[in-house]
Amino acid sequence: MANIISDETIEYVGILAKLELSPEEKEQAKKDMGSMLDYIDKLNELDTSNVEPMSHVFPVQNVFREDVVVNGDDRENILKNAPEQKDGSFQVPKTVE
Amino acid sequence: MDLLKLTAVELAKKIKAKEVTVMEATQAVLDQIDKVESQINSYVTVDREGALAKAKEVQKLIDDGTLTGPLAGVPVAIKDNMCTEGILTTCSSKILENFYPTYSAEAVCNLEKAGAVIIGKTNMDEFAMGSTTETSAYGITRNPWNTEHVPGGSSGGSCTAVAANECFFALGSDTGGSIRQPSSFCGVTGIKPTYGTISRYGLIAYGSSLDQIGPVAKDVTDCATILEVVSSYDKKDSTSVQREEYNFTEALVDDVKGMKIGIPKDYFGEGLDCEVKEAVLNAAKELEKKGAIIEEFELGLVDYAIPAYYVIAAAEASSNLARFDGVKYGYRSEDFDGLHSMYKTTRSQGFGAEVKRRIMLGSFVLSSGYYDAYYLKALKTKALIKQEFDKAFAKYDVILGPAAPTTAPKIGESLSDPIKMYLGDIYTISVNLAGLPGISVPCGVDSKGLPIGLQLIGDCFKEKNIIRAAYAYEKTREYVGPYDK
Repeated sequence: MANIISDETIEYVGILAKLELSPEEKEQAKKDMGSMLDYIDKLNELDTSNVEPMSHVFPVQNVFREDVVVNGDDRENILKNAPEQKDGSFQVPKTVE
Repeated sequence: MDLLKLTAVELAKKIKAKEVTVMEATQAVLDQIDKVESQINSYVTVDREGALAKAKEVQKLIDDGTLTGPLAGVPVAIKDNMCTEGILTTCSSKILENFYPTYSAEAVCNLEKAGAVIIGKTNMDEFAMGSTTETSAYGITRNPWNTEHVPGGSSGGSCTAVAANECFFALGSDTGGSIRQPSSFCGVTGIKPTYGTISRYGLIAYGSSLDQIGPVAKDVTDCATILEVVSSYDKKDSTSVQREEYNFTEALVDDVKGMKIGIPKDYFGEGLDCEVKEAVLNAAKELEKKGAIIEEFELGLVDYAIPAYYVIAAAEASSNLARFDGVKYGYRSEDFDGLHSMYKTTRSQGFGAEVKRRIMLGSFVLSSGYYDAYYLKALKTKALIKQEFDKAFAKYDVILGPAAPTTAPKIGESLSDPIKMYLGDIYTISVNLAGLPGISVPCGVDSKGLPIGLQLIGDCFKEKNIIRAAYAYEKTREYVGPYDK
């Protein structure tokens, strides 16, 4: 395997991805990511030095529109699926002491 | 008359002619579900009462002349990554085990306006990440042609529901082949339209620059009809495209005289099963007999599509799936200590292994120091792949090849080696990268009795070319379902 993923990298990616992995999952993730990156490295065979990255297949321009409110106060619906709610808001664990 | 054998368009005609009622059709589908669902598991949710109530309502609107369209009264199954108001929508994930949307996806609204009756929500790979429908949190789906085999994925449940007569048609979604590959494995027809044709509003996002909704049905006529009903320009989807025309059914003409069809040599090399190869080349011969001009050519860059796709799709997934954090909807873990711990335990318990794998990869390729080497490199590769297709479509109206390199593998054979599984998408993935339309049509069975799919690819906005070619090919053979053997 050309790409060796370190414990630090997996730790860091876990923070970015907001995932908590068990020690076994971490070992597996190191292996999986390493072999995926080995495979992805195939792209380096291509000379792309004069190529513009293409994020969208069609030419897109910003679509402007008047800022008119078309939906009403939908609070009840928005909160309908909330795991916890309080006083018309989403409730989360205390974050500020 | 065996109701269940009818296509969606045939059923709607019979309903209109008062030979069948909407309730009878709905009940027939529900009875079939009772009969086969324990072996197949096409559905995550079957909405019996909702469907029967809707059937009555739709019948009235047909009787009083309000609903006159070609899908009025026809029972439909919806892939479980499209929001349906009041009906559980899980994306086949534990993290959405209790999510009841308060609105419906635009594509679903368009179907409801046309009088289609929603039967339920079909099983899929979790968040559409997979090629076998084995990564669902609600059990695997089995191929009705042989229940020891997978149905393909990720729209596996939509394709088995159509094949096993558990609905008259279905909606799927296709990010890297997720409509065309399972259609091929299940012997049904499925279209992935040009990017932007069907609104993504209410489709739970995986790879937003690649995702497209599309129809799955028994034949090309149904698919073109459904596509016409479901497509719309939608201001709520910022990548929706205002097309010049939507009359796809006009292309249902049995005439391919002079049509230029290119066969990419690169699609017929190593890794392609010889029985699949033979069936696909025979289909090309049928089109040639009807007057199409068939030519081999070199497409180029075929081997680079999969690595580019996995970088782009994983990057977009890591961003799109950040919303599942236990705050606004879905599952919330019970064991946590503070806000960040809640996010982490919720996501770690709520997502399955394949979803985590792709979120991790996506977070990595977007992270500082790796963004240029991986993400930008993949976007540049995408530009090169698009150029290859542009060159091909300067010469050809349609590109013809297999939908998948093999027929359906056995259950349990694919997940142990992710890269090998990803390679199964080699013929479908580049179509998503280039935003093109593609269709999979059944073109035979292998010696194991499993269906083979022919893929036809068109240039952007040229659905009509692939519909015409598919329709002309389909006229050379009979539709055979898994229970017609």
